[in-house]
Amino acid sequence: MGKWNLSGLAAGLLMFSQGASAHWIYISNEKDDTLSVIDSETNEVVKTIEVGERPRGVTLSHDFKYLFICASDSDTVQMMDIATDKIIHDLPSGEDPEQFALHPDNRHLYIANEDDAVATVVDIQSRTVVAQIDVGVEPEGMAVSHDGKWAIVTSETTNMAHWIDTETQELVDNTLVDQRPRDAEFNADDTELWVSSEIGGTVSVINTETRQIDKIINFEIKGISPDRIQPVGIELTADGKYAFIALGPSNHLAVVDRATYQPIKYILVGRRVWHTALSPEQDKLYTTNGVSGDVTVVDVKSLKAIKSVKVGRYPWGAAILPKEHIPD
Amino acid sequence: MVAIMTSCASCRWCRVAVVLAMAWCGSAAADALDVRIIYLEQKQQRPPVLSNLVVWPENEGEQGALVGVADNNTTGKFLKQTYTLEQILVEEGNDVIAAAEAALAGPVVVIANVSADNLRRIADLPMARDDLIFNAGSADVALRDDECRANVLHTLPSRAMLTDALMQFFTKRKWKSVFLLEGNRVVDGLFADAVRQSARKYRISIDHEKRWLDDADMRRNAAAEIPAFTQARKYDVVVVADEHDDFGQYVMFNTWLPRPVAGTSGLEPVGWHRVVEQWGAAQLQSRFYERAGRGMTSVDYAAWAAARSIGEAVTRTGSVMPQELMSYIVSDKFSLGGFKGAKMTYRRWNGQLRQPIPLVHPQSVVALAPIDGFLHQTTELDTLGLDQPESRCTSMGTQ
Repeated sequence: MGKWNLSGLAAGLLMFSQGASAHWIYISNEKDDTLSVIDSETNEVVKTIEVGERPRGVTLSHDFKYLFICASDSDTVQMMDIATDKIIHDLPSGEDPEQFALHPDNRHLYIANEDDAVATVVDIQSRTVVAQIDVGVEPEGMAVSHDGKWAIVTSETTNMAHWIDTETQELVDNTLVDQRPRDAEFNADDTELWVSSEIGGTVSVINTETRQIDKIINFEIKGISPDRIQPVGIELTADGKYAFIALGPSNHLAVVDRATYQPIKYILVGRRVWHTALSPEQDKLYTTNGVSGDVTVVDVKSLKAIKSVKVGRYPWGAAILPKEHIPD
Repeated sequence: MVAIMTSCASCRWCRVAVVLAMAWCGSAAADALDVRIIYLEQKQQRPPVLSNLVVWPENEGEQGALVGVADNNTTGKFLKQTYTLEQILVEEGNDVIAAAEAALAGPVVVIANVSADNLRRIADLPMARDDLIFNAGSADVALRDDECRANVLHTLPSRAMLTDALMQFFTKRKWKSVFLLEGNRVVDGLFADAVRQSARKYRISIDHEKRWLDDADMRRNAAAEIPAFTQARKYDVVVVADEHDDFGQYVMFNTWLPRPVAGTSGLEPVGWHRVVEQWGAAQLQSRFYERAGRGMTSVDYAAWAAARSIGEAVTRTGSVMPQELMSYIVSDKFSLGGFKGAKMTYRRWNGQLRQPIPLVHPQSVVALAPIDGFLHQTTELDTLGLDQPESRCTSMGTQ
């Protein structure tokens, strides 16, 4: 009886999610200077858009009208109109922008300038630089808390998460983490900051109150040398259940149980997996696989890889446009 | 403290006082720390070579140390740490040991770019006993073996690591028979010895060996001389041992059998090279190029890695005392990101920095050793160079 009920529920959910999960995934191709756009209904590339040199981080405005693209070698953040696929502005980003995060006010973009050891804050309305903040060597990951209070930048060679107070745009604290921190993500209620350390091979969970490390997560995949387990992209589900960690050249995605902070599964994806993005319904996860030049679609419910989609060379970042915002 | 440092940077007894002052405040990471690193180099006159095109990089090593110290300072400003590099450059023929005696008074941390012989003598100085010396200039295998020193760590890969990397690549490509061409200088002999040792380890057979004859002008007649010189019925690859690039560059495309050339020319195993760009290396390369105006070499990289190891250890321990830094650096807690795709740590048994070895030609990276498939019970990086059972080093206090 219980079994029937569950299956019925599952089937219902599946149908619902298939209907609702149509969305576009914008993938930046680092070595092709293009974006590939994948339609989630067919899991095929529907268009390829030429952008600036060495596109890496990509993110959508909160109203889903614009896509921001870190064109690292063009030394600019490009602002693309989703309706027309045209670059409408080159924002003054500082040199070599790699990753960024948009403040909840939909106005302030926090950009990591990798070659310059600074973070740049740009007002996207006036398109001016509001602040430049000195940070550690090779700033990389960027995150803004959901309440808008904190901007975090990680620096790869300094091995810190830097805490920037968004009121004053000043650096107020630093948390030392393991070697070569990459991505940073806040959980939904901003009580935790997750930071991946690529060379350290760990993910640190930092308490936002104390700004001290609460938990360190280690990974172990049978048959794969520990040297190859290099955590990069982090994606946290909104329901607080899972953390997905892209493990770079181990070609696996770790699934971490957020209740126990333990990895519960490793999903084989493409080669050198960099970053990930969750669908708006949180039912699909997309990984960019740098070396194999494809995107793996992971089903969140079954925790299985269901498809690979060939994109351009060295896919790096991913941003998802919900169905209702897809232009005609 | 900063003021004292600046005002008596050249005064010996004062410096001791400053170092001791650092020790007091070294216990708490939050307090300001001044970290002085000595860079000691003896300039070496390169021997004359045939080609007019061979240009040796200027300030090799020193530039790497400067970039490393700059990286440390960027990190240090968040922790109230200030790093200074004191460069002691000794011209060839001048007494580097005397310079070392003066510089090494008191507990100090040194990045040394000197010959293997001088490194041994400096490490053995009574005033160096409690110091920490990084060897960034000598690839000598003996220094990592029976002639190791308890106060020395090595950031430059040994010749054994380089030639092991080469043999792993040969094994993967099934190049089983080697023609070894050895130059006439002492270092060429050391490189050739490392090739022989690695070939035994990886069961590659050296089927032909020849010593270079120094009496022909290869710029004019390489195409006539080299084919005859490399005449043999069968070999899969020619390995050149010519560390000063005297003749190696003329061997490629002129061998009797059309075979690849590797070693100190052609496919070269290196600690670093300007063609390394993966694993975030592009950022280090551009930082270095901006400062030095040239590409980064293995010796630059070794000096950079030494400076960064010091920075990492100071940051994590809050200490500036050489012995405390040393014990942290060789512990399991230490690791260093080095832009070569793997975590770098130090071998406890001989002080060597574990690191991947890129195999390069002048325009790209061909492979990165350890090559896939060479396994090890601890870390695959220990398939390169002297592993614990092979090393006869006893002075590190771990055997």
